[in-house]
Amino acid sequence: MASFAFELVSPTRLVFSGEVEQVDVPGAEGDFGVLAGHAPFITPLRPGVLTVRNGSETKRLFVKDGFAEVNQKGLTVLAETAVAVEEIERDAFATAIKEAEQAVTEAKDEAARWQAVAAVEQLKAAAAQVGAGGAAAH
Amino acid sequence: MASLKELRNRIASVKATQKITKAMQMVAAAKLRRAQAAAESARPYAERMERMLGNIAASVTPTPESPKLLVGTGKSDVHLLLVCTAERGLCGAFNSQIVRLARERANALQAEGKTVKFLCVGRKGFEQLRRQYEKQILEVVDLRAARTLGYEHAADIAQKVVARFEAGEFDICTLFYSRFKSVISQIPTAQQIIPPVFEQKDTGSGGAVYEYEPDEEEILGELLPRNLATQVFRALLENAASEQGARMSAMDNATRNAGDMIRRQTIIYNRTRQAMITKELIEIISGAEAL
Repeated sequence: MASFAFELVSPTRLVFSGEVEQVDVPGAEGDFGVLAGHAPFITPLRPGVLTVRNGSETKRLFVKDGFAEVNQKGLTVLAETAVAVEEIERDAFATAIKEAEQAVTEAKDEAARWQAVAAVEQLKAAAAQVGAGGAAAH
Repeated sequence: MASLKELRNRIASVKATQKITKAMQMVAAAKLRRAQAAAESARPYAERMERMLGNIAASVTPTPESPKLLVGTGKSDVHLLLVCTAERGLCGAFNSQIVRLARERANALQAEGKTVKFLCVGRKGFEQLRRQYEKQILEVVDLRAARTLGYEHAADIAQKVVARFEAGEFDICTLFYSRFKSVISQIPTAQQIIPPVFEQKDTGSGGAVYEYEPDEEEILGELLPRNLATQVFRALLENAASEQGARMSAMDNATRNAGDMIRRQTIIYNRTRQAMITKELIEIISGAEAL
């Protein structure tokens, strides 16, 4: 299978850089898979699990707050949080969800409230995904 | 002439100071290594972010509806200078260099009849700017409590800047920090962040047209504040590395100066001691001769 260059960068370090065959990215408007030769494309990320496939190897990373960019050279994902699923701290998740729920009750208008509700949903979905991933890994 | 006891005390005190400067130099060297690694590993993110923003900016034609953070307000009457300095002194000219650059810019702008406002990150810069621009300083961000610089700190600062920008408090924002080149060379730098200035270089897109999901406007709306935070974060990390580098060379100098001073004082001490012995001998001999 053809491979392409993939880079996952967080503010503090270059998390991943190398040739891969397929990457599934949680985009803001839905998950999308990137293969070699994907059309140029930019989208924000939704909190979720990013899967890197290379041959029979798969690597799952949790990403949050960032962007994905596909161009001729390959895929670049910028994420403020990027950690391997196995290394995630469960407590951090619980606090993040609690904070998001707090935002729902504090939202001033309807639009902000909907946004906050969506954030909670996304986080919960991601937590479920990660939880399942964590169980499978053990 | 100083008595022997005074000289001895002086030498002891210089030696104690030398020990402190030596210790500070070693601490700075250890911290520098960490700070430098952090600054270097933050570079890829900032670079990619800039490139991505550059790609989008190039494909968006500026219209009055374009995000203000990208195209600016169209005016340049009020300037905000975001001055990042250290929280601590004893690091050579590090803080003064940044402040000097900011002050020169501020004076030049004021001479053109523009309004200048300041937002200080770090206590040292604030203390120096306060003398001249007390009323123009909007806010001081204190990072003394932060043990390790995190992205959150930068995001906080960026949020403050964006909030003020959206409230129409300024038109152009420039970031001042010190770029870390090497241990002995730190370059005070001014970088305009609102509206951002892009360097013309190969963007990697090869002129391809991107598809956007949801659309340019919305992506830019998210990307621009994040880019700001990233730039501030990079500035803070570069500053941290520069500060330790500057402190290290300053303390190295201080240690060397203390060594020189000890050597000089020791010579004076020995001469004085010998002079006294000679004097006593002469007194004994002339006493003996008189008998």
